[in-house]
Amino acid sequence: MTDATNPHAPAAPAASEPRGARKSLLVLDERTKRRNRAESRFKAYGIGAIAIAALALLLLVFTVLRDGLPAFTQTFVSVPVYIDPAVVDPEGNRDPEEMRRVITTQYAPLLVGAVNNWIEQSGTQIEGLTNRDVASIFSSRANQDLRFRVLNDPELVGQTIDVNMLAASRIDGMFKGRVTEAIAAIDSRTSVAQYQLAHAMQEAGTLETRFNWHFITRADAPDNMPEAAGLGVALLGSLYMMLTVLLLAVPIGVAASIYLEEFAPKNRLTDVIEVNIANLAAVPSIVFGILGLAAFIQFMHLPRSASIVGGLVLTLMTLPTIIISTRAALKSVPPSIRDAALGVGASRMQTVFHHVLPLAMPGILTGTIIGLAQALGETAPLLLIGMVAFVQTYPAAPWDGGLTDPASALPVQVYNWTQRSDPAFFERASGAIIVLLIFLLCMNVLAVYLRRKFERRW
Amino acid sequence: MIYIFLIFAALLAVSYVAGRHRATAVAGGDVRRLHSRPIYYGWSVALSAFLPPFIIFVLYAFGSLLPLGITQYGNTVLVLIALAGLAGLAFSYTRINPEFRARNVVEQIVRGLLLACALVAIATTLGIIFSLISESAQFFRSYPWQNFFFGTTWESQSYDRGMSQLGLLPLLWGTLYISFIALLFAVPIGLFAAIYMAEYASPRVRGLVKPVVEVLAGIPTIVYGLFALMTVGPLLRDWIAIPAGLGSTGSSVMTAGLVMGIMLIPFVSSLSDDIINAVPQSLRDGSLGLGSTHSETVRKVVLPAALPGVIGAILLAASRAIGETMIVVLGAGAMGTISVNPFEAMTTITVKIVGQLTGDSDFTSPETLVAFALGLTLFVITLGLNILALYIVRKYREQYE
Repeated sequence: MTDATNPHAPAAPAASEPRGARKSLLVLDERTKRRNRAESRFKAYGIGAIAIAALALLLLVFTVLRDGLPAFTQTFVSVPVYIDPAVVDPEGNRDPEEMRRVITTQYAPLLVGAVNNWIEQSGTQIEGLTNRDVASIFSSRANQDLRFRVLNDPELVGQTIDVNMLAASRIDGMFKGRVTEAIAAIDSRTSVAQYQLAHAMQEAGTLETRFNWHFITRADAPDNMPEAAGLGVALLGSLYMMLTVLLLAVPIGVAASIYLEEFAPKNRLTDVIEVNIANLAAVPSIVFGILGLAAFIQFMHLPRSASIVGGLVLTLMTLPTIIISTRAALKSVPPSIRDAALGVGASRMQTVFHHVLPLAMPGILTGTIIGLAQALGETAPLLLIGMVAFVQTYPAAPWDGGLTDPASALPVQVYNWTQRSDPAFFERASGAIIVLLIFLLCMNVLAVYLRRKFERRW
Repeated sequence: MIYIFLIFAALLAVSYVAGRHRATAVAGGDVRRLHSRPIYYGWSVALSAFLPPFIIFVLYAFGSLLPLGITQYGNTVLVLIALAGLAGLAFSYTRINPEFRARNVVEQIVRGLLLACALVAIATTLGIIFSLISESAQFFRSYPWQNFFFGTTWESQSYDRGMSQLGLLPLLWGTLYISFIALLFAVPIGLFAAIYMAEYASPRVRGLVKPVVEVLAGIPTIVYGLFALMTVGPLLRDWIAIPAGLGSTGSSVMTAGLVMGIMLIPFVSSLSDDIINAVPQSLRDGSLGLGSTHSETVRKVVLPAALPGVIGAILLAASRAIGETMIVVLGAGAMGTISVNPFEAMTTITVKIVGQLTGDSDFTSPETLVAFALGLTLFVITLGLNILALYIVRKYREQYE
């Protein structure tokens, strides 16, 4: 472009050359070199800025994966358990009603006995191993699962069955690097003896860390058993909310865009609506949460924590996004299409619904998916309408009033888990983030694919 | 619930078919004698049979949520719905004759529906303003406004309700400080990235880098919040704050500001990218033709020309930073402190809104109601910034159009 950037210039003469001396276009003088250095510095700043952004993204993804991937595996103990009739059915009548009276904690001795049995048979010797160490290998959920299984199938009483039980969070942590022998020595909920027992069991194959579907399907669990906590309720809640948003925000948003783009006369009302939408798009999301709390819960008395309220709030929040992208899609359909349709006698409504709208569809779809992705990741407004509550029961199907059942949502579940004291929940929070990011990635990839596939240059 | 939808769907279908048949029959089988095509007669009957009962139903459904005791008239309403449906059906059915301008009628109704959808946006804004103002008014009745706007201590008592000190200034300070640090990171990086992308990058590099920036923009804030809580906070604490003796908490203004800065980079860069691209090429050509280097052109010609737009973008970013919630909830702390040490935990308006409204909330105590006053403050600040930014950006666009 300019001679100042001529790369073929030979080496510069001495720097002390006086001003006004004869210069050659082929020789770079000091001033030119300074300007060229400034040029490359400036370019380097740009590259540096992009590198910092990319590095931040890499670090973010790396830490989320590092912290979160262990959440998808869980440690299980598989030992043969003798279902002692004296414990589970003290009356001996095999009457389900009587057996139901045996509470969960009474099943613990069965599991302890099974492990003690295993220790004896395998000849493992561990110093200072107490019964408490053996019992706390299992999650409290293990007793519940065993009781549930026996109650469902009373035939099992008196038999020795192979079970595959959830190990406690501390045991799980031993195989994920969270709990070392040194930590086990000072942790009141585990011990060195238990650490050694767990490793002995793992070497013998009775204790195994493997992929855990329950993390995705099961409901949340109380503070004392992070190992049993799952995303089931949160996923269902998010699904219900996305359905609500899809059914409300998309028709309303598309209709509003059609009105503004194709029919609205130039008057004060149209101006007010346009300014309104531009401002709504920039209102902080938490303000929508306040609106939801005041309007839907306080004023209309809809239940707290219900996915319908969350869906309504997210609908109002995504509406501007959908309207803005739909209008852009409608605007990109060339006027010649409209002129042609009007020219052969179609009404304006027919022009829009028969020609413009189908041609704008890919753009509308892309915008809708991006709006949905935004709604799926939104947390703050949902906290205000009570979705952060601890929910352990799945909501019912939508046609059974499930939309008004308490539920959680994926991002809110992440927040919920970060507020627990047990560090095992942090691993779960990162795992939930991975699930969330996978959904968002799929939605974004779909949006990009649709845009690439149907994009038309007029 | 599902039966109601089925009934309405059936009503729509039956009246549509009836109207269509009637139109063909009236025309004696020759549809050319009709003013509109038969489907419009079908739609005109369907819409006038469906809309009146549907509107009554929606009004009733909303009314029954309010404590007005409407529910006891449930059966009356049911009869009313049925009557309205039948009346609409009969009226529009008998109206059908070859001269009836069915298409115009249907299009007028559809246009009205489209307008109603566009008005939802206004209803939302009104709802926000009304709910914020009415609840804030209730707050200011029980708590003096001078103490709220000019109070320098924030001590919310969760047990001793009514005895709290709810001063806005510590929260405002924390909010502005964190936003300032976020912008300190985001603006130079975002701007330089945008300049590089707009002025230097080859189409291939652009095609590669732009998606990365867009991915950063699509990450939910809860992810950034967790990143602040679990990675950035401990890192800053162990490597900078403790060795320098500046503090010992992971949650700090610096943590939240840094992570929020990362969040804002794509926002600033994509806005600035658009703005830089809008600077006319002739300005660049003139500058380059006079012999200035590329960077001199950018610094002395393109950026000054784009300055109003860039300032607008920065204001929009600032409004985002002020309204951001999850990063500060997880990264900034909960103590209302006024201090200049960026490694100290401070709190923001949004953190306190979440804090006062989650957990057991009693909607009569000032401790809960203060959240609405905070929300109103937040709304006014961000709205002001947005309007200013949009005004500046619009002015700037007009300059080159």
